[in-house]
Amino acid sequence: MIASTTPIELSVDNVTVSYRNGHVALRDTTFQLKGGSICALVGVNGSGKSTLFKAIMGFVKPARGKVLIDGLEVRTALKKNRVAYVPQTEEVDWSFPVSVWDVVMMGRYAYMGLMRIPRAEDRKIAEESLTRVGMWEFRERQIGELSGGQKKRVFLARALAQRTRVILLDEPFTGVDVKTELTIIELLRSLRAEGHLMLVSTHNLGSVPEFCDQVVLINRTVLAAGATEDVFTQENLVKAFGGVLRHFHFDKSTVQKHDGKAVTLLTDDERPLVFGKGGHLEYSRREGKEAVVEERAEEEDDR
Amino acid sequence: MIETLVSPLQYDYMLKAILVSGLIGGVCAFLSCFITLKGWSLMGDALAHSVVPGVAIAYALGLPFAVGAFGTGLLAAVGMAFVKVKTRLREDAVIGIVFTAFFAFGLFLISLNPSSVNLRTIVFGNILGISDPDVWQMIIISGLTLAVLAIKWRDLLLFCFDTNQARAMGLNVTALHYTLLTLLSATAVAALQTVGACLVVAMLVTPGATAYLLTDRFGRMIGIASSMGVATSLVGAYASYFFDGSTGGCIVTLQTLVFLAVFVFAPKHGVLAARSKRRLAAEGAS
Repeated sequence: MIASTTPIELSVDNVTVSYRNGHVALRDTTFQLKGGSICALVGVNGSGKSTLFKAIMGFVKPARGKVLIDGLEVRTALKKNRVAYVPQTEEVDWSFPVSVWDVVMMGRYAYMGLMRIPRAEDRKIAEESLTRVGMWEFRERQIGELSGGQKKRVFLARALAQRTRVILLDEPFTGVDVKTELTIIELLRSLRAEGHLMLVSTHNLGSVPEFCDQVVLINRTVLAAGATEDVFTQENLVKAFGGVLRHFHFDKSTVQKHDGKAVTLLTDDERPLVFGKGGHLEYSRREGKEAVVEERAEEEDDR
Repeated sequence: MIETLVSPLQYDYMLKAILVSGLIGGVCAFLSCFITLKGWSLMGDALAHSVVPGVAIAYALGLPFAVGAFGTGLLAAVGMAFVKVKTRLREDAVIGIVFTAFFAFGLFLISLNPSSVNLRTIVFGNILGISDPDVWQMIIISGLTLAVLAIKWRDLLLFCFDTNQARAMGLNVTALHYTLLTLLSATAVAALQTVGACLVVAMLVTPGATAYLLTDRFGRMIGIASSMGVATSLVGAYASYFFDGSTGGCIVTLQTLVFLAVFVFAPKHGVLAARSKRRLAAEGAS
């Protein structure tokens, strides 16, 4: 692929989106991003993440403000095939009678003629895209016959086949095993090195510092935007998630001195599950669990 | 024996009925693949009923009936879209209200002027009595529909599969929506003469639904559905001669029998296959 000299730019300028029922989903949202970056879009459910995606793809028209991609209005940018979108797994009809190959080929439609008959180049690019995500061997499969991670990778391949420089990914790690998550992250990193701009909506906070160099924190408007180390602070996250973020205060929990650093912390994006030394269950609040605390302390003394 | 079997083909009207049924059956079946995948079956039924007032008006004014039918069919589609956008009602309620309104108005118009057009013809079809100009109307509608599908099937497929992606790639989704809707109205009009307003939806759904149970590839789905549509329509129309029964009834019953067989015996998505798969899984787990 020929790397263009000027990096691509995405600019969301003072965008306000309100729905027909008067509900304002986004207010005065402003941020800028440049190519060669992976940006996390972080916020609680209902914070306007998907509305922002819709605005960037022109599915909703902002009541005020505008989105510019490389200085172009969204509608023009889409016609020029500047933006690709990787949907959430739930949005896809997996029983639809199409193969992996068919789906990736659909990513080439914008380059084909009236009847969308693929040329040799389209086939070559589709093959490259599938190989790059490691799904070439699965090209004949019907899309419903894939695992969660493979499904994601097919749609990633479709985005690659579109040869766009902006890629939007909606919750790419939901329902994906750890190995696939790492594969996807690796792929996004290499795309970043090639100058692509990726905007990744996620509520998986732990993975954000791992691979995102930029973060936009939103809750109906931009709370903070910029480099990950500047934005991803405790203060900002509390602002974004408020009481919704799960806390586990060790000094208020049933974890005691004897547990030392031998605590096992299991968590998805919900409340963490904590096991103390020896694998016993710990509670986040000591009140009402005095008996448990005492019993454990005695056991520990006996050793 | 053979003499009996070829006897229907000796009548011009039978031959014409069989061939026209086959053509319309094939076109409807082709389109049915998109209709079932898009989830527009109810819409197909609604449009088939909404064309009735158009037929009545066209006959009263001496226009080709397809023109009037097509007009009120599209009017109903636009009406549904309008009501849906303007209210908080669910789509099925909107469709139910609008198409029954059109159908009722159609019945009313016909009852005012019973001599010009036969209610039975519209509701139950009358392919045996089809006039030559009507045959030409069918051929033109079928030809145009097939031409549009041949050129735009890939775009329509993406539209059915992933509307957002189609839009994000700069395809004109609104145009695709109305293209599919127009094709649906056109074929509903064509099928009206063969099987009647009540059974049009069967022609527009059953072949696609049957093929969907037999394959996981869209290309094959079209092939299977179309062959089934053509075959059942030809055989159904032919068989109706011996039963001396309703042609539409024969065709649709035949389609339903094929569907039932597939529903039970389909190698991968049939009831029996699902049961043995479950049993295997249970054995594997134990």
